[in-house]
Amino acid sequence: MNRDFITGVNKAIPVVLGYIPIGLAFGILANHQGLSTFEIFLMSFMVYAGASQFIASAMIASGVSPASIILTTLLINMRHMLMSASLSTYLKHIPSSLQAILSFGLTDETYAVDITHCQKHKSSAAFFLGLHAVAHAAWVISTLAGGILGNLISDPTRWGIDFALSAMFIALLCIHMKEKMDILVAIYSGALSILLTMTLGNGWNIILATMLAATIGVSINLWNRKFYLSS
Amino acid sequence: MEQKILLIIIGMSLVTYLPRALPLVVLSKFELPPLFRRWLQFIPVAVLSALLAPAIFMPQGRLAISLDNNTLIASILCFAVAIKSKNIFWTIIIGILAMFALQTLR
Repeated sequence: MNRDFITGVNKAIPVVLGYIPIGLAFGILANHQGLSTFEIFLMSFMVYAGASQFIASAMIASGVSPASIILTTLLINMRHMLMSASLSTYLKHIPSSLQAILSFGLTDETYAVDITHCQKHKSSAAFFLGLHAVAHAAWVISTLAGGILGNLISDPTRWGIDFALSAMFIALLCIHMKEKMDILVAIYSGALSILLTMTLGNGWNIILATMLAATIGVSINLWNRKFYLSS
Repeated sequence: MEQKILLIIIGMSLVTYLPRALPLVVLSKFELPPLFRRWLQFIPVAVLSALLAPAIFMPQGRLAISLDNNTLIASILCFAVAIKSKNIFWTIIIGILAMFALQTLR
């Protein structure tokens, strides 16, 4: 077995830890809302996006039209464009066909691990393959298990194991904050994300807050440089 | 399986896959302007913070800045551990334990 593949598998552990309770929860809920076990499996396997699956399952149950379900999914998942773009500068050495396969496994969680790894190491495709395959498998299997077990288990998120994902994000965020500007951008982005959630509701907040905060960061950089040159 | 649900799943998978794949596959072919690269360098911190802030401060969907908010307390602890240790493993372990303790003790 390729060593990078194994590294990728190991780096997937916190992601798996978080996906299991959330996946179980999705399976149980979707089962209650009337999706069959096969439909739950197919959705997790093909769509593979937690938040939008929860929303879609509820929308299917209340008879919303396919077009609006698909549009809502697009809106929620557009944030991945930013993650995909940010990975592009580090994955130039990987052929397009492989990039196309790897990007299927791009989630908030795998992205956070990916980008942290790329910034320190020259990353081979095998690393991403290991990480993404294990995370995808964990999601599919745990949602399927939730769908099959249904009522047998009570709320799997009540133990707080799903907090593993937030804890992982916190650790990775701290690793990425190297300069003062990073801290400033993080504060802007967090505050904007909360503000947008309160005003526009879920959906737009992540993509808009991220783009605005990054733009503020670049603007301050530019302004500082101009200031420095003219003084 | 109902045909409508199959259609929904196929549509959802397309609109989820394309935003994941297109920017990576297309942009990696080009030499990006420095300003845009700088912008992209801010994406990891910005996106992580944008994901975290609502999860921490509004776990029930409403703004909850108080000691009753378990997620907030556990997150503060996680930040302290993460800044001190820079270790992902310990941050997660402490986070899960703190969350578990807070939920069972209250």
